Amino acid sequence: MAANTVQEAKVQEPLFGKKERKLLTDPLSDNNPITVQVLGICSALAVTSLVLPSLVISIAVVFVCAFSSLITSLVRNAIPSQVRMIVQLVIIASLVTVVELALKAFNYPVYKQLSVYIGLIITNCIVMGRLEAFAMANKPWRSFLDGIGNGLGYGAILIIVAVIREVFGKGSLFAGSPLEMKFIGASDDYMINTLTSDWFGWYSNNNLMVLPAAAMFIIGILIWIQRSRNPKLVDIS
Amino acid sequence: MSTSYVVRFVLIMTTIVAVLLTVMFLGLKDISAKNEAVFNKKAILSAVADHLGEGVVHKDLTDEQIVDIFENKVEQIALNMSGEQLDAQGIISSGYKGGKPENIDMAKEKKKDEADRILPVYVYNTDKGKFYIFSVRGNGLWDEIWGNIALEEDLSTIAGVSFDHKGETPGLGAEIKDNPAFPKQFKGKKIYNDKGQYTSVAVVKGGAERGDIHAVDGISGATVTADGVGKMLATGLRYYEPYINQIKGSKPGIKN
Repeated sequence: MAANTVQEAKVQEPLFGKKERKLLTDPLSDNNPITVQVLGICSALAVTSLVLPSLVISIAVVFVCAFSSLITSLVRNAIPSQVRMIVQLVIIASLVTVVELALKAFNYPVYKQLSVYIGLIITNCIVMGRLEAFAMANKPWRSFLDGIGNGLGYGAILIIVAVIREVFGKGSLFAGSPLEMKFIGASDDYMINTLTSDWFGWYSNNNLMVLPAAAMFIIGILIWIQRSRNPKLVDIS
Repeated sequence: MSTSYVVRFVLIMTTIVAVLLTVMFLGLKDISAKNEAVFNKKAILSAVADHLGEGVVHKDLTDEQIVDIFENKVEQIALNMSGEQLDAQGIISSGYKGGKPENIDMAKEKKKDEADRILPVYVYNTDKGKFYIFSVRGNGLWDEIWGNIALEEDLSTIAGVSFDHKGETPGLGAEIKDNPAFPKQFKGKKIYNDKGQYTSVAVVKGGAERGDIHAVDGISGATVTADGVGKMLATGLRYYEPYINQIKGSKPGIKN
């Protein structure tokens, strides 16, 4: 009996077997879309000066990546190979439009702040890359998980970069949201007011952190740390 | 796969996508339009952020409060370039279906010939007097910048300003919006001198002279944006001169 059920389970493919879990966790570290695959750098530089927009764009990418993978995988056998790229683009673009419309209706200030970058999710190489590399050749459920995993891997790096940039560049965290925290700056709103504080009079926010170049440095350092700590990523060639 | 299959596939796919997106767009249209209106109204009110009343913080205004203030305390006027007030029909014929001064899009107006432009005025009535809010728009370094300027009842003293921009450099040009100290400088400055001549408020590179009531400090590292603000004020507020003169001229008669 026992042997029988095991066999059945194998045939059915478990919802969250080892492979499925790997699909979710792999992109977070070993196969991170930004630090290992080096995809989606453009938007990672552009939106990460504040945490809130980074969070919103991460959620949007997880959504777009997951559902475009799912849809592509569902129709993968019907897609004519001559036009498959265009089909993938149409799927991504319509999902991005859905995100844009939803954001415009439910959080207009953030929509204004992100402006062109939501539209640019369409050209985010991560989404297209996953469709070509994974969803076109795998079953829907796995493709869906792969999409979520890669979206989360992208989001994780975005949030790390954004936290560093916002704290050191603006002296605040979650600016623009109800959770806003102000740490250090030249006015009374901040926890430490550099104008009146005896200890931090010398401090001023790092303007470089506000510029996209800072994100490049931070991502570079993240890649460095990750490569030196993760034996799988050591280049043996 | 045959060509006819490809064509059929693409046709069906585009139809489905088009229908879905259209339905969603129409379904959410009203909510987004409302959001946009509230967002713009909030930007206008940010010019009088210091005069919203005791304990009212501009940043924490809810959507309902903003709509309420606009309905009860703000009087909207649309002007043409010679200072004549336009009725709803006049606004509609300038290309704004809403027919209200708040529908006027300064970005569109900036593209028109100077003589054809129309301008919004928002008169904010409080217990402490009226504030006249004027909209201006100009060019920064990379793209357009714009602002709302609130004048006190004398139509010369600035009660508050707010600026925004499309693509100025964060930390440099973007400071016109991000650094509250920059707009704050304008408070109390005058756009007319003692003789009643129009002076506007200049933005001076390297710092304005102390006590100069017609100039403020520029932003180091963002000279072009700061100059843009100065130019935007000089030309933008001048457009309102006919209206300002009318109000000033009629003042002694009104007495209330």
